[in-house]
Amino acid sequence: MTTVASPPQSPPGAAPPRAQPPTATRGPEPRPAETGVWVAIATISMSFAALTSAMVVRASAAPDWQHFRLPPILYFNTLVLLASSFTLASARRRITTVPALDGLPRLYLTLGLGLLFVTGQVLAWRQLAAQGLFLATSPSSAFFYVFTALHGLHVLGGLGGLLYVLRRLRRAAGGPGPTTALGAATLYWHFMDVLWLYLLVILTIRV
Amino acid sequence: MDHAATPAAVHHHAPPQGFLRKHVFSLDHKVIGKQYLDLALVAVCIGMALSWLMRVHLAWPNLPIPGLAKLSPNGAANGVITPEYYLSLMTMHATIMVFFVLTSAPFAGFGNYFLPIQVGAEDMAFPRFNMMSFWTTCVAFLVLISSFFVSDGPALSGWTAYAPLSAVGKDAGPGQGLGQTLWALSIAIFCVGQLFGSLNFIATTLDLRTKGMSLARMPYSTWAWFITSVIGLIAFAVLLPACILLLLDRVAGTSFFIPAGLVISDRLQPHSGGSPLLWQHLFWFFGHPEVYIAILPGFGIVSTILPVFARKPLLGPRTLVGCMTAIAFLSYTVWGHHMFLSGMNPFSALLFSVPTLIITIPATIATLLWIGTIYGAKLRFTTPALFCLGFVSVFVSGGLSGFFLAQPSIDTYLHATYFVVAHFHFVMAVAAMFGIFAGTYFWFPKMFGRMMNETLGKWHFWLTFIGVYCIFMPMHYLGLAGNVRRYSAFTDDYLKPLIPLHRFITIAALLTGAAQLIFLYNLIRSRFRGPRAPDNPWQATTLEWSTTSPPPFDNFGGHPPVVSHGPNEYGVPGAAGDYVMQAASEPARVR
Repeated sequence: MTTVASPPQSPPGAAPPRAQPPTATRGPEPRPAETGVWVAIATISMSFAALTSAMVVRASAAPDWQHFRLPPILYFNTLVLLASSFTLASARRRITTVPALDGLPRLYLTLGLGLLFVTGQVLAWRQLAAQGLFLATSPSSAFFYVFTALHGLHVLGGLGGLLYVLRRLRRAAGGPGPTTALGAATLYWHFMDVLWLYLLVILTIRV
Repeated sequence: MDHAATPAAVHHHAPPQGFLRKHVFSLDHKVIGKQYLDLALVAVCIGMALSWLMRVHLAWPNLPIPGLAKLSPNGAANGVITPEYYLSLMTMHATIMVFFVLTSAPFAGFGNYFLPIQVGAEDMAFPRFNMMSFWTTCVAFLVLISSFFVSDGPALSGWTAYAPLSAVGKDAGPGQGLGQTLWALSIAIFCVGQLFGSLNFIATTLDLRTKGMSLARMPYSTWAWFITSVIGLIAFAVLLPACILLLLDRVAGTSFFIPAGLVISDRLQPHSGGSPLLWQHLFWFFGHPEVYIAILPGFGIVSTILPVFARKPLLGPRTLVGCMTAIAFLSYTVWGHHMFLSGMNPFSALLFSVPTLIITIPATIATLLWIGTIYGAKLRFTTPALFCLGFVSVFVSGGLSGFFLAQPSIDTYLHATYFVVAHFHFVMAVAAMFGIFAGTYFWFPKMFGRMMNETLGKWHFWLTFIGVYCIFMPMHYLGLAGNVRRYSAFTDDYLKPLIPLHRFITIAALLTGAAQLIFLYNLIRSRFRGPRAPDNPWQATTLEWSTTSPPPFDNFGGHPPVVSHGPNEYGVPGAAGDYVMQAASEPARVR
């Protein structure tokens, strides 16, 4: 293995130069999973920002923007999603203590609430369809379906992450829980809340 | 060499067992990097073949091309390319080259292989995402190529896929049916793959650096890949929803980009109120940063390689990183300069023109740093060094024409001409290709444990270098003479006197393309029969040269290095080898 050239010559009497000491470059516990989620949050935010700007431009591009009332079930769904964040935060507090399995019921509850939210969103679509508002009916309905579908897909991704944490937790069998993975999944899940609240506000204003 | 027992030293996954896990669905970043490079090699061969077909048709419009009728019975019934099929070839050439070559090779390919090693990590932060990134990209490529074999041929709306013609379906012409749908689907899938990749690059750079690898000590290529990932993370995040909206317009009857009252092929389109300009804004918000996704890895590669062969430290390393960061930031402020002719308020044009001119400042500073680095140096004229010099040359040549195009008044005349073709091929395509060639000749010994043939490499360089100038320099004159681009033939109009120049360019393109066979031969032969490479054949400093050639599965044999030096320790006074490696425990540079 090639290593290095010989040391430089020092002037006589001078103290020999030393290698620069290695410096700590990261915190004591680098958490790529959390970093990855932050990066994912940045990119998802950018996608929804692009769609928002597209909606603003499209709404003013032509007089065919058709306003409609949002399905009331969306507000119930919002409460369900917010509740799931609370149950997840509570589950996380339990899981970080030993025995970690104590947090299992609240994690199941979070999963159930997440599924309920997605089901509720599908019901909202059905309510809109019953009113004759489909994807291609109007640009406003098109953006509604696009926003809710993309958000729903991301929530499903979050549920996948929680299932992964659940599997790791069950394998831990009473030992220390998968705190890093859980922290990353929790961060992502909370972001889904924030994103949904943002979408609800702009949909309420624009649609 | 010092070793560290850091959290990064713990490997994420076990060594692969079995053929599929080892060579196909591998989690190893090195295998994935090579897969990206192999994909880019296949793509560049197809892309170049398409450019040959276009060039032959431009020079001899009535010449039948043998075998082409079999590929496209409608587009080239007797082997003679129809205007519509010419546009399809142009669209596919550009799409393949921009996405699957200029993005895949210098960023995803070399970045995957060398970023983790250069920061002292054993793998990427998320190996499974990394594998998914490649295979998603591969699926995107297959979807795109499959459009050659659908009944009405591949898309013909250019790599920019301007709406509304890209959105209305087959009424817009052959290729605008299923071919265009496959195009949009392919690019959407590609975006997902690149987002996975960017996420991995960023997390790995931030979290998996070995002990002592501070940001200030990161190699310039790593800096470039990191900055490129940040650009990609934002750019592809915009293109992805744009492609989804385009697909919905095409298959679900929405009207995001299709205006009301649009009549195409004598048929009133059943859409209302969409904005074609909206697509252009979304596309170019991605499209201009994409130029830097293609070229910034070349910045990093050249900045890493030039000091090795100049045996001098890079001039102004922090300035260089600052320049790349500035370019990344400014790249998001200039997209409108692609739309000066699209119907833009003159004040908006000015707003986009000014940052476009400003972005030349960091680009110029970077160029001066490279020239300053080799100034007064006893340069070792190896093949990678030659390609670095070629990179600087073509980047300057292409960059100079950018000054003209950045000004709306001049762009109005030049925008639809070959002047633009010359500009972006020099500054983006050829420069990035020279970066890829430099990286290949430089890192081949590390990747395969064998040296490439230097004599063949130099032949390859000179023929390519002269060839690209013969191809693209005359295009500036074509553009100034008003030769419009995107037309398939210039036989019966005022452009007829320019046909001899087109023929010269075509012959140059054919010969330059043929010269790439030298590279291909060198690549394949050296992979199996090249002389064995030592661990550090170029006497370079960065961490990849501290490990074996090729590196072991975990990169450092279970002993992650501890970094005590920057990557720029060349020309060290008194040192026998005149350099100090990053992982060396010996004294630092004395100046």
